[in-house]
Amino acid sequence: MDDKEIKEIAAINKITFAQRMREYKRKPLSLVMFILVVLAAALSVLALVFLIVYILVMGVPNLTPDLFAWEYNSDNVSCMPAIINTVVITLLTLVIAVPFGIGAAIYLSEYAKRGNKLVKVIRTMAETLSGIPSIVYGLFGMLCFVTAFSWGYSILAGAFTLAIMVLPTIMRTTEEALIAVPDSYREGSFGLGAGKLRTVVKTVLPSAMPGILAGVILAIGRIVGETAALIYTAGSTTGLVDGVMDSGRTLAIHMYMLANEGLHTNQAWGTAVVLLVLVLGINTLSSFIAKKLSSKK
Amino acid sequence: MDKFTIKNMNLYYGKFHALKDVNLSMQENKITAFIGPSGCGKSTLLKSLNRMNDLVEGCKITGDIRLDNEDIYGNMDVNILRKRVGMVFQKANPFPMSVYDNIAYGPRTHGIRKKSELDEIVESSLRDAAIWDELKDRLKKSALGLSGGQQQRLCIARALAVKPEVLLMDEATSALDPISTGKIEELCLKLKDQYTIIMVTHNMQQALRIADYTAFFLLGEMIEYDKTDQIFSNPKEKKTEEYITGRFG
Repeated sequence: MDDKEIKEIAAINKITFAQRMREYKRKPLSLVMFILVVLAAALSVLALVFLIVYILVMGVPNLTPDLFAWEYNSDNVSCMPAIINTVVITLLTLVIAVPFGIGAAIYLSEYAKRGNKLVKVIRTMAETLSGIPSIVYGLFGMLCFVTAFSWGYSILAGAFTLAIMVLPTIMRTTEEALIAVPDSYREGSFGLGAGKLRTVVKTVLPSAMPGILAGVILAIGRIVGETAALIYTAGSTTGLVDGVMDSGRTLAIHMYMLANEGLHTNQAWGTAVVLLVLVLGINTLSSFIAKKLSSKK
Repeated sequence: MDKFTIKNMNLYYGKFHALKDVNLSMQENKITAFIGPSGCGKSTLLKSLNRMNDLVEGCKITGDIRLDNEDIYGNMDVNILRKRVGMVFQKANPFPMSVYDNIAYGPRTHGIRKKSELDEIVESSLRDAAIWDELKDRLKKSALGLSGGQQQRLCIARALAVKPEVLLMDEATSALDPISTGKIEELCLKLKDQYTIIMVTHNMQQALRIADYTAFFLLGEMIEYDKTDQIFSNPKEKKTEEYITGRFG
């Protein structure tokens, strides 16, 4: 083995610029590929950074104390009630959707026989449901919860509508997470004389927890950003809700209304910053919880 | 004394006839080894002894398998059966928990909650599996950080923690280095005073080293079953002789 060969082998781990250029000279296509993927990555990041910077530049100067007044009026167009409404509606939706979503996923991956017809039907339906535009959920929610159930415009109607909307997301991601748990964990648990319930609760679910939380975070993102499904179910009144049967607007609707009315565009930008920070906060919190849960194991 | 007796047992995976008319009985406090080429049904038979085959879809078993003369496919609760008949798998499969929680998983499953009692079981199980000295300072650390050999001995300790009567070992050393394998073989010889051990192995030297009885399987049939010395020095069947002398398999 001469020196040159040794160098080539070392190059697998570390490659100098000159070596890389020589490599590309021999294979120009891989240079093209390299440039394309770098470009794709750079453009994606750039678009995102531009968006965030633009929102911050337009919004931050409008973050006046008025915007966070406890009471909304047409002078201060405070978004404080909307922030609280958003949190309430998010929690309410999750309380409804998470147990059903995770329960259904556990049935599909742990209890149903593999290749069962029902499972296939449920999966196809979940996939179809997650592709339906949210305004359709909004219309359904209005006809079903608001009108037929006579709940009126209320955050309860809004939360149920959103729950149906995010159910497929939670169900599918949870199912994927459960399927990814190695069968050897299940075998180990059964082999020690544990029953199905114990195996699922003590072994399978904890291992799948990070994946399940990722699904829940995805769902939270959709809830916080949703407008179309809420306008005709939770309504767009400006006050703080005083119960689940009260109507109220979330931040996203608040922003939509401000921009739509055209009188408070600046405040709409300010609200956008608040929404951005809220989503960032929720995501950070969720991943913190996920880390806590998985390090406990 | 016979611990397990198998009579006229047939096993099917869907249409595939995986085990054909097996008759066998395994003695208490002895090591019995199943040998044979891949796909001969030895692992399948082992898994039938604690009903792990129940988890396989389309698996059907006929015949009679008795543990202490009690039909294990009859009225016996499958979870009780698996408590009495522990299993160590081919690939070490510690749960993604701490060493302590891994060992305590079985006892907790069977209703032991008291901390002092669990502490005692954890220590004695790890001692029995000859790994206490290596692990006593890292009981709270994740079991996934252990080496392959340590993980497998941890799994043995985990199986011992529920105080089984029989220990099934499904090629438990096939993924380990010779030193770890040696430790586990030593362990088996020590454990057979208290437990009945039934093992599947691809390693004929291993069967020769530690098994008291050996059964040779081929294409779903049990060809020969006898004392290990007998099988390896003076096999009655020609197929057995061909296999152990390495002419096929």
